Amino acid sequence: MTAVIKINQLTRCFKETTAVDQLSLEVFAGEIFGFLGHNGAGKTTTVRLLNGVIEPTSGSMRVLGFDPQVDGPALRARTGVLTETPSMDERLTAWDNLSIYADLYRVPRVEVHKRINELLDEFDLADRAKERVGGYSKGMKQRLALARALLHKPELLFLDEATSGLDPIAAHHVNDLIVRLARREGHTVFLCTHNLVEAQKLCDRVAVLEHGRLVALGTPAELTRQYVRRLDVQIEINEEQIEGTLHILRSLPRLVISEPVRTNGALTVTLSGHEAIPDLLEILVHKSIRVYRIAAKETNLEQVYFALHDEKESVQ
Amino acid sequence: MNAHAISAIIRKDLKVVSQNKGVMLPIIILPLILFVILPWVVTLMPFLGDVFGITVDDLNKVQDLINRMGAGVQQELAGYDQYQVFVVYFLVYVMAPFFMIIPLMVSSVIAADSFAGEKERKTMEALLYTPTTDRELFIAKLLSGWLAALAVALVGFVLYAIMANAAGWSQIGRIFFPNTMWLVLISWVVPALPGLGLGVMVLVSSRAQGFQDANQIGSVVVLPVVFLAIGQVSGAMSLSVPLVFLLGLVIWLLDGLLIWLGSRSFKRGRMLGA
Ligand SMILES: Nc1ncnc2c1ncn2[C@@H]1O[C@H](COP(=O)(O)OP(=O)(O)OP(=O)(O)O)[C@@H](O)[C@H]1O
Ligand SMILES: [Mg+2]
Repeated sequence: MTAVIKINQLTRCFKETTAVDQLSLEVFAGEIFGFLGHNGAGKTTTVRLLNGVIEPTSGSMRVLGFDPQVDGPALRARTGVLTETPSMDERLTAWDNLSIYADLYRVPRVEVHKRINELLDEFDLADRAKERVGGYSKGMKQRLALARALLHKPELLFLDEATSGLDPIAAHHVNDLIVRLARREGHTVFLCTHNLVEAQKLCDRVAVLEHGRLVALGTPAELTRQYVRRLDVQIEINEEQIEGTLHILRSLPRLVISEPVRTNGALTVTLSGHEAIPDLLEILVHKSIRVYRIAAKETNLEQVYFALHDEKESVQ
Repeated sequence: MNAHAISAIIRKDLKVVSQNKGVMLPIIILPLILFVILPWVVTLMPFLGDVFGITVDDLNKVQDLINRMGAGVQQELAGYDQYQVFVVYFLVYVMAPFFMIIPLMVSSVIAADSFAGEKERKTMEALLYTPTTDRELFIAKLLSGWLAALAVALVGFVLYAIMANAAGWSQIGRIFFPNTMWLVLISWVVPALPGLGLGVMVLVSSRAQGFQDANQIGSVVVLPVVFLAIGQVSGAMSLSVPLVFLLGLVIWLLDGLLIWLGSRSFKRGRMLGA
């Protein structure tokens, strides 16, 4: 896998705050990479650094093979960025906004017209194209900003809160588009988001940032295995062995962190994490308990996120 | 240097500015008062003495003023009678410094909008992600203000030339405007003036909170010209051809200095307040 983004010990300080702190990670070609973190975690700052818009305090990075500090213009010709605020010229029409940026991104003159129409259709803005953007709703501006980011078919797309302000249908449409861009057209997507459900659904891998520092990195499944510390599990066993099993479960406080509950023929317990499942199974089998079924309740990134957050809190 | 990108940004800036009432109103109204209404008021003043409270004594004072001025001015005003002298003196000499306010004001208002205003409206960020260099951004932003200021000044000049001659016709009876001093002013000093407004604005914009703020700070560039106007009206100095030429030279040098300072510190990240 080729890395399109390589970040090494990247740090950016503002007066008192360290917005990005010793960040190191890689993003691979064709992947949808989720960049998660609380407000002020340093996501937007990272996007700015990766596009050579601001300078790092220390550390190095390579984006599409370029050093953003040195080859900013060449790099930016191949990246597309949806900024956090749509930053549209509200006094201009949607069409004018797009056509000026088509010029700035050097979209060939003969293609401009077709490309703009295509995107306006894609984002359902065709019939409002000649109106001033100032009169647009928040979601319409957001859609227009997405269209602008895609004008030059960038191979690396940064989306800072892509679906914020969009209604569920528009958000769904944008998510479909992101998947299509990555899966079918081979674009790489760097997605800053707070929406954990979306991240879980869309992203191949996610990074979690906390106060500028990387605290977790991996596929959503890896992260849930690694960080979820409370896992509800249902165990179906032979009815006659229930009392004995309860006894065993109560004797394993490291694995089983709640009092087992009997629910219609099965036992429900809270385990201390995913790794506790094979451990517990091994013990039960060893004790000759006949296990018919063991099922963990689905976990998600949200739990990872809160687990990480709790971890931080307890350290402080 | 990518001229295509620069021209796209200029096109955008001018389009945005032309849609902005807060910017366009002063750009239209001030020249209208100065160049269209004022010439008629000035030519009528000596005859409506009662209304304006002007007496023959005042007209003599103007003559006294002129007597103290350089030979060039006296020569030009020789052959005119008292009323004519008053009209020519005002429309040609007193107005010259006022005219210089126009390119200064236009350039600083536009620069306030295109540097501080964009920062405030947060329309700059997307522009920073385009494949432009810092230098291209800087040049584009400078040029859009410069071009707009020159366009307004040129239109103002033509308008004023017509209005001044038309208003003075009944008394002077011939075309007296522009004289050599004005031609030097228009071709040498006026093109340099937007540089002052822009240069100052570039330097203050990173500290300014927004358009209004920047605009207020920027208005200080008009001060030197106000002193010039006072000097002219009080008779402390007069705008002769050599003086105007020298003035232009000084302004061009100042432009160079300000823009050099501005470009040295201009980084795209600063437009985000970073
Ligand atoms: N130009 C700046 N000047 C000073 N501090 C800044 C600047 N830009 C960012 N910061 C600080 O850096 C930190 C990271 O900000 P950043 O905008 O990158 O966070 P974020 O993860 O994008 O947050 P959000 O989810 O709210 O968008 C914050 O503490 C912020 O105040
Ligand atoms: Mg952000």
